[in-house]
Amino acid sequence: MGAPREADGSVGAVTPQDMQFDEPLPLVSGAVMPSYSIRYETYGTLNAERSNAVLVCHALNASHHVAGWYEDDPKDIGWWDNLIGPGKPVDTDRFFVIGINNLGGCHGSTGPASINPATGKPWGADFPVVTVDDWVQVHARLADRLGIRQFAAVVGGSLGAMQSLQWTLRFPDRVRNSLVIAAAPKLSAQNIAFNEVARQAITTDPDFHGGNYYAHGVVPRRGLRIARMLGHITYLSDDAMAEKFGRELREGEFKFGFDVEFEIESYLRYQGDKFSTYFDANTYLRITKALDYFDPAMAHGGNLAAALAGAKARFLVISFTSDWRFSPGRSREIVKALLDNGHDVSYAEIDAPHGHDAFLMDDPRYHGVVRAYMNNIAT
Amino acid sequence: MSIPGNGNGNGLPMRSDFDAIAQWVRPGSRVLDLGCGDGSLLRSLKQTRNVTGYGVDISDDNVLACVTNGVNVIQSDLEAGLSGFESGSFDYVILSQTLQAMKHTERLLREILRVGREGIVSFPNFGYWHARLQVLGGTMPVSRDLPYQWYDTPNIHLFTIEDFEIFCRGHRLRILDRVVLTAGRRVTFAPNLLGALAVYRLDQAHGAAAVGA
Repeated sequence: MGAPREADGSVGAVTPQDMQFDEPLPLVSGAVMPSYSIRYETYGTLNAERSNAVLVCHALNASHHVAGWYEDDPKDIGWWDNLIGPGKPVDTDRFFVIGINNLGGCHGSTGPASINPATGKPWGADFPVVTVDDWVQVHARLADRLGIRQFAAVVGGSLGAMQSLQWTLRFPDRVRNSLVIAAAPKLSAQNIAFNEVARQAITTDPDFHGGNYYAHGVVPRRGLRIARMLGHITYLSDDAMAEKFGRELREGEFKFGFDVEFEIESYLRYQGDKFSTYFDANTYLRITKALDYFDPAMAHGGNLAAALAGAKARFLVISFTSDWRFSPGRSREIVKALLDNGHDVSYAEIDAPHGHDAFLMDDPRYHGVVRAYMNNIAT
Repeated sequence: MSIPGNGNGNGLPMRSDFDAIAQWVRPGSRVLDLGCGDGSLLRSLKQTRNVTGYGVDISDDNVLACVTNGVNVIQSDLEAGLSGFESGSFDYVILSQTLQAMKHTERLLREILRVGREGIVSFPNFGYWHARLQVLGGTMPVSRDLPYQWYDTPNIHLFTIEDFEIFCRGHRLRILDRVVLTAGRRVTFAPNLLGALAVYRLDQAHGAAAVGA
């Protein structure tokens, strides 16, 4: 089929699973999810002591499909396949790895497009706003069902890293190691501003219908496109964009019009179009809100060190020099708060040109550090 | 991006200062090792003195080596200061064979004694007779301990035991202990002439009079 085989370090063909939860879940917002289903994938084997489980948390637009590929769609390779697999930095020959689609998502877990049992119609605008802490509660419930009392590690990049950090606060006894990659301890005003523009693009799309577009048989595609285009700009560094696109013109000359001329325009439009065909607008709104709200220090008067005092995990924090969305300075805030508590932490600042997206790239220095760290925690 | 000398690559015999440092470090204390290299000092202090702490290094290779060795390491540029560390948060801040390669000598020593209650500093003694002889002979010192030519050395501040002690007096640094070594052996007679490597334990002198050695 031409798909990567196990010999290439791939976990091979994988099958997503669903877990149904009928115990109501109280959310941070005060709302309650009466029941919900969570889609996840697992790779590797849970050992007899159930001590080798690793949870991978996804960021804005990713999913439970972290590694491997699907039998019926071999090109659909997991989003962190370069990091996770047999012999890879997160070695599935040693670890039992779980990928999970968060509550409110649009890749198979219960989300705004799912049927609200109370009405028999899609949740739409009524789907509650979920937070990083809500997600972590759901992760823990899935872990309970899988018989995992404590994770060897919780791993995440960007928004996924926020979940990894939150894990150590919410369930300090249930996570031995936290890998916090390309993270921030909370969003800056600028970060929130970008999210707000993305949300405005969606909610002002005439096809949004107050979030109940499912009933109208439409999708706020224009809004999603713009949201994605904007997001993409923030994921790349100026240098990476210059390197990849520069001022290249598709047809070599100015057309003095408003159709696609520069390669970067073409790229953004392509990314936006693609995204708008598969991503749910209501999910996008909620995930950006979860980002905006994340601020573990808030309950401690803004003191991040106080917020992290109760954590018991060991930490590996990694940032990338060209990431301006969550710059190395943001990771250093986390490191400083961990140091202030005397917690075990290592911090690597990877000199990588790719911007925020560097955490998804196969950089030997970055992957080398993850590999070395994971080697030491394998049981 | 690696600054030579900000790790353990200064060419002195592999850490002959470790024993002296280990003897001074109280069991169970908190240690920050600046320019920690592959983390071997911290690892040995962890094993023999049950210390907790962190290494700091700028080099990718050294950060990887520390993580491999299971030593906490913070990738950071010492020349930028120690702003990521709270005042008084460590019992000892160690700067082993790195001071001579640093640009901001005064600031770094001030930072060491801000963050640590005590500082432990070691450096190659350019007053060692062998170095003096070479300078007298008309060339810069090169030896097994200092294997660099003038044009490729990471060592940008060349100083002697005498220089350092004058510096300490002038900057209100109190010398609590000193060990001078040559080829791993202690030197007590004419250390500035016969010693290749000096190791100091310092703190911030309080009160009006700065105390010398």
